[in-house]
Amino acid sequence: MTDRLHPALIAFAVLVYFFLMGPLVIVIGAALSDTGYLTFPPQGLTLHWFERIFEMSAFRRTMVTSFQVATVSTCCALLIGIPTAYALNRYRVQLPGWLSTLFVLPVLIPEIVLGFSLLRSIQVGVGLPVVSTLIIGHTLLVLPYAVRVISASLASFDFSIEEAAVSLGSPPIKTFFTIVLPNVRAGVIAAFILAFITSINDVSISLFLTGPGISTLPIQILAHVEQFFDPVIASVSVLLMVLTVIVMAVVERTLGLTFLAK
Amino acid sequence: MVHGLKGWMMAAPATALVVLCLVLPVSATIAATFYAGGGPFDLYAAFLSSGFRRTVLWRTLEISLITTVLSLVIGFLTAYVVSRAPPRWRSALIILAVFPLLTGVVVRSFAWLIILGRNGIMNNLLVWIGVDGAPFTMVYTQGSVIVAMVYLFVPLMILTIVGVLENIPDDVIEAAQSLGATPVQTFRQVIFPLAVPGLIVGSVLVFTGSFTSFATPQLLGGDQQMMMGTFLYQRAMVAFDWDGAVTVSAIMVAVTLAVVIGMTRIAKRLNPMTT
Repeated sequence: MTDRLHPALIAFAVLVYFFLMGPLVIVIGAALSDTGYLTFPPQGLTLHWFERIFEMSAFRRTMVTSFQVATVSTCCALLIGIPTAYALNRYRVQLPGWLSTLFVLPVLIPEIVLGFSLLRSIQVGVGLPVVSTLIIGHTLLVLPYAVRVISASLASFDFSIEEAAVSLGSPPIKTFFTIVLPNVRAGVIAAFILAFITSINDVSISLFLTGPGISTLPIQILAHVEQFFDPVIASVSVLLMVLTVIVMAVVERTLGLTFLAK
Repeated sequence: MVHGLKGWMMAAPATALVVLCLVLPVSATIAATFYAGGGPFDLYAAFLSSGFRRTVLWRTLEISLITTVLSLVIGFLTAYVVSRAPPRWRSALIILAVFPLLTGVVVRSFAWLIILGRNGIMNNLLVWIGVDGAPFTMVYTQGSVIVAMVYLFVPLMILTIVGVLENIPDDVIEAAQSLGATPVQTFRQVIFPLAVPGLIVGSVLVFTGSFTSFATPQLLGGDQQMMMGTFLYQRAMVAFDWDGAVTVSAIMVAVTLAVVIGMTRIAKRLNPMTT
């Protein structure tokens, strides 16, 4: 049903959307500015600041690290998250209720506390190298996405199809890969891409798990902003927004973006 | 039984990771607060006896609460419009809310630095208009942190509430209308009460998110507006005061869990659909 909305309410919503989009537009403008300092509207247009990003080794290095960490931790999370999501749906009755709560914990526990605790116990305590701890932290961070998104697609999967395949003599492992997995393909792709962008954007966990020579892009951005106030950061931000657009396109084609409003 | 075992085996790697690398380290951090000082509660006493630390805790609670209330009001009104918009507009508006949500916290906080900075757009504008006393110091104030936080959380609030509003069955609303309720009455007596549990879920997400945030207070609050997150980092990585850091961590976990558990209980009790 579409009731008529009060015009004041519509005007308010329009203002809110200006508030949401304005700052991002300003960042794009600032990235294109010809000046050596951050300003908006841009004085003259240039793509110089985008070249500058790649000239600065700190940004090049941290970008590569961020992509590597995001890829590895997302793959790890999916590798252990898919069977978990399957088990939580398929054997719901046999498994204790607290098990699904356990996978909510990475969302519930403050990220920054998790980051500090990993530094304290795993990196300093156990003595694992910085990179491994960073990957563990990011895997924990994105695991809930893997479990939740794939559980959501499994919820609409009819397990009797799988049983039919097994009773016709298909080995369980083969059945999983040929029957179950193709049916939740959209969920797996969406989970991958959402987990990936979450890892790329993370600050609070990486904060404690970066050391000399190893840092992630957001941490590098924070460090750079404290010292310089030039348009380089704006252009890095624009690159990250481009990545966001790609992520949204993928989610739209798999689950549909309205999935995120559920 | 066999099925149970199969299920356990499949969930085992992820379970092991969460237990070994999350439950144990975080528990160790919290446990450390009880034995690191002289007596079991010495670290907490030390935290609360320091005027500066009390201010940080109080400021964090205050900023988080203001952020939550503002995001709730803005998010609810906007979500109501979104959920009532014609289908094509609705999906466009949802996409526009998802975009900032998926854009990182650092980028979104940095945007406000460009706007509110001393040589930022706002000050340039005020100088250009000729406002007395401009440029003003707008960053490193409580207001700048709150604006950036509200900016950060409004999309999350919109999406959460749109989801809830769409789950309200149309027949309930139609029933109210066919019984003669005016649109205002329908809103007050049917839609709003049914949306309350969702409003609570959204508020919990925003409050805990603000309470434990780092990048926004770091960029827009600096040392002047230190919050629990930035204070934890400062204790652990700048001052190397790990006793202080574990105490801040434990307080953050306690507040987060208390808010989540308490509010979930209230949300359940207030849900008219379950009673």
